[in-house]
Amino acid sequence: MIRVQREEFDVGAEVARLTRGNHLIGGVACFVGIVRETAGGEAINAMTLEHYPGMTEAKLAEIEAEAGRRWPLEASLIIHRHGRLEPGEQIVLVITASAHRQAAFEACEFLVDWLKTKAPFWKLEETASGPRWVEAERQDDKAAAKWAGQGRDKAAE
Amino acid sequence: MKILYFAWLKAKTGAGEEEVNPPDHVTDVQGLIDWLKERSPGHAQALADLSAIRVAVNQNYAGLDHPVKAGDEIALFPPVTGG
Repeated sequence: MIRVQREEFDVGAEVARLTRGNHLIGGVACFVGIVRETAGGEAINAMTLEHYPGMTEAKLAEIEAEAGRRWPLEASLIIHRHGRLEPGEQIVLVITASAHRQAAFEACEFLVDWLKTKAPFWKLEETASGPRWVEAERQDDKAAAKWAGQGRDKAAE
Repeated sequence: MKILYFAWLKAKTGAGEEEVNPPDHVTDVQGLIDWLKERSPGHAQALADLSAIRVAVNQNYAGLDHPVKAGDEIALFPPVTGG
């Protein structure tokens, strides 16, 4: 499942809802992205996430389906927020559930790495010296690329 | 043809979205961008550095040689920074 929303999310409630009734699940991995109060040594008052409605949902669903092909997942969830968020607020949630921990851990990391480089979101930071657009980081591309051929479907790439 | 701009491309072009009818010689993304540059100084500035721009045609990432035609939705934006 994927959701793109302005609203806050409750991690505990989402884990409970996703796993309820499925007793094949033996492990759940979870990543929560949070707005930091500094970036590049400068204080951040807030950030605004812009996205491409339609394509964002399509890309997240595609990425989630790819994780499901590569790892034996029982359930997964991606929630990505948009709009204005202040330091300490949650931005993104990725939950993966599987029979065993390895698939859950790996699929969770894969989903975070891939959504950072493939989901159409852009961050505008509010700083003391004015607003500035966050630039894509080369290390994010490297993190996404390391998953080539990883997971059970080695032919996926 | 619908053109969408995101992030700083929206600010520089002064438009989030515009409906355009390019001439027949515009057949791919590269040709479309060259043509869009003529629309205003803001467009020219926004589209000056192609290495800083990513493209989606009908909501799929596309290269500069991807064909474009009437009715397409073309989005122009900087590299994405989600997560």
